[in-house]
Amino acid sequence: MLQIDHYHVAYGQSEVLHGLDFTVAPGEIVAIMGRNGMGKTTLMKSLMGIVPTSQGSAQVDGIDVTALKSFERVSRGIAYVPQGRMIFPTMTVQENIETGLTTSGSTKVPDGIYELFPVLLDMKSRRGGNLSGGQQQQLAIARALATNPKVLLLDEPTEGIQPSIIREMARVLKRIRDERGLSIIVSEQVLSFALDVADRILVLENGRLVHDEPRSSVDEAKVAGFLSV
Amino acid sequence: MFADYTWTELGSIFAMQGFAGLILFSVFVLMALGLAIIFGQMGVINMAHGEFMILGAYVTYLCSNFFQAFLPGLFSIYFFIAMALAFVAAGALGAFVEWALIRHLYKRPLDTLLATWGLSLIMQQAYRSIFGAREVGVTLPDWLLGSIALTDIIEIPINGLFVMALTLVIAVGVYFLMFKSRMGMQTRAVVQNRVMAGAVGINTEWVDRKTYALGCGIAGIAGSAFTMIGSTGPTAGQLYIVDTFLIVVFGGAASLLGTIASSFAISQAQSTMEFFLSGSMAKVLTLLTVVGILMLRPEGLFSHKIRR
Ligand SMILES: Nc1ncnc2c1ncn2[C@@H]1O[C@H](COP(=O)(O)OP(=O)(O)O)[C@@H](O)[C@H]1O
Ligand SMILES: [Mg+2]
Repeated sequence: MLQIDHYHVAYGQSEVLHGLDFTVAPGEIVAIMGRNGMGKTTLMKSLMGIVPTSQGSAQVDGIDVTALKSFERVSRGIAYVPQGRMIFPTMTVQENIETGLTTSGSTKVPDGIYELFPVLLDMKSRRGGNLSGGQQQQLAIARALATNPKVLLLDEPTEGIQPSIIREMARVLKRIRDERGLSIIVSEQVLSFALDVADRILVLENGRLVHDEPRSSVDEAKVAGFLSV
Repeated sequence: MFADYTWTELGSIFAMQGFAGLILFSVFVLMALGLAIIFGQMGVINMAHGEFMILGAYVTYLCSNFFQAFLPGLFSIYFFIAMALAFVAAGALGAFVEWALIRHLYKRPLDTLLATWGLSLIMQQAYRSIFGAREVGVTLPDWLLGSIALTDIIEIPINGLFVMALTLVIAVGVYFLMFKSRMGMQTRAVVQNRVMAGAVGINTEWVDRKTYALGCGIAGIAGSAFTMIGSTGPTAGQLYIVDTFLIVVFGGAASLLGTIASSFAISQAQSTMEFFLSGSMAKVLTLLTVVGILMLRPEGLFSHKIRR
C-alpha cells in the first residue's frame, strides 16, 4: 500500500533522514519507534508533502506521490494526524471534520465517523479549541478519516494523553483498520502502546531504520533499549 | 460649539449628518471588509486597495456613459449592472495580481507592502493615461436622486438608503460565504493553519487566489458606491485607504461585526463633527479617540475569546 525507497529528507543543508526503505502492506499497522529528535515527525511531514523529499520516492498503491503537493496527496489516499493534533481551534467540531471532505466533495460527514467517536457527536457544535486533549486527538483522527484514506499517518498520538484514553485509542485504531482495511503508520515513544496496536515495529535512530520486526517475534527488551536515553 | 443651536436643531443636525454619513459608512464597510478579508487570509496589507475601489468607480462611470449613449431605456437600472461589472473587473484584476505578484511574496510580508504600494502607483498612472487626470462623475438615474422628508428639517437622501441597503446585503452575503459555505470553511481553515489545511486536502493556493479576488471585488463595489459621494480621479482612492486601515485595526481584523461597528463609529463621528468643525479637525479628533481606545484594547473592539 505504501512503499518507501531510498528516502532522504533534509532541512536545507542538514539531512535528517538518510535513505529509508520500507513497505507497509494493506491493512497493516506499523509502529515507528524512536526517541526525540530521531526523525519521526520529519518522516511524517515529508510523506504528507509538508517537507520536501530530497532523494528517493514514496508510492501509494503503486502511484508515485513524491512530487505532489499536500492536497494532491490527500486525494491519492494519505491522511495525517500531526503531533500536537493541530485541529482548527475556532471552527466547530463538525466543521473541523468537514474540512476533511474537501477532496471527496461530499457534504455530509459519513455516519461511521461519529459511530467511532460518539463524544464528537455530542460536541459537534462546540469550538475545537475548547475540547480536552483527548477529545482533540479523536477530532484529528476523525478529520483524517473523513478524507477516506488508504494510508493513515499518526505522529505520536499518545503524547500528553491520559493512560486510560491511550488504551481506548489502541482499540479504536485497530477497529478502524478492521472496518476500513486501511494501512496505519504510527510513530511512538511509548512501547506499551506500540505493542498493543502494531503488527510490526520499526525503530528509527538518527535518521536510519535500525530494527524491523513483526510484533509476534519482537524482542521487547531490545526495542526498549533503543528508546532509553 | 453647540451653544448656538437649540435642542431640536441639534437633534436634527445629528440626524441629518448621520444620514448623510450613510454612503460614507457603506463605502467604509465595503472597503474594510475587502481589506480585512485579504489581511486575515494571507497577512497581506493591500496598499492598492484604494485603486481597486477606483477601478470600480471608473467601471461605473463607463457604464453610466454607455447606457446614456446606447441604452437610455435601461438607464434607470444601469447602476445594478455597473456594480456587478465593478465586482467582476476588480475581482478579475485581483486574481491576476495575486497570481502574477503576491503569491511570490507570501514569505516576505514587508515586501508585499512595497509591492502593493508600487502596484497602486502603477494603477494610478494607468488611470491617468486611460481616463485623463481630470476627475469624472457619473449621472445617477432619477429615482436615486432626491430625498425623503421625515420632518421639516430632517431629510434622508435616497441614494444613501439605497447604498446602505446594498451594503447590508453584501455584508450578509459575505457572512454566509465565510461562515456557512464550503468556500468559507476552507478559507477559515487556511487562515487558522495553512499547513494543516493542505494536509486535509484543501488547495490552499487556489483558496488564496479566490480570497484575494473576493476582497478586491468588494472594493470594486465600494467604488460604485463611492461615485455617489465623490468624483472619480486617478488618485481618489488614496483618500480612503488610510481611513480604511484605521477601521480594520479599530474593529479587530478578524471580526466581521467589528469591521461594521467601527466603520459606523468612524464614518458617523466624522460626518457629525464635520458639521461643527473643519474636516481635518474632525479627522484629528477621530484619530485621537481611536488611538485612545486601541491603547485600552490593543486587539481591536471585537476579538475572539478562544484558547489557541
Ligand atoms: N524545521 C526544522 N529545521 C531544521 N531542523 C529540524 C527542523 N525540524 C526538525 N529538525 C531536526 O530534525 C531532526 C529530527 O526531528 P524530528 O523529525 O522532529 O524528530 P522526532 O519527531 O523523532 O522527535 C532533529 O535533529 C531536529 O532538530
Ligand atoms: Mg516528533
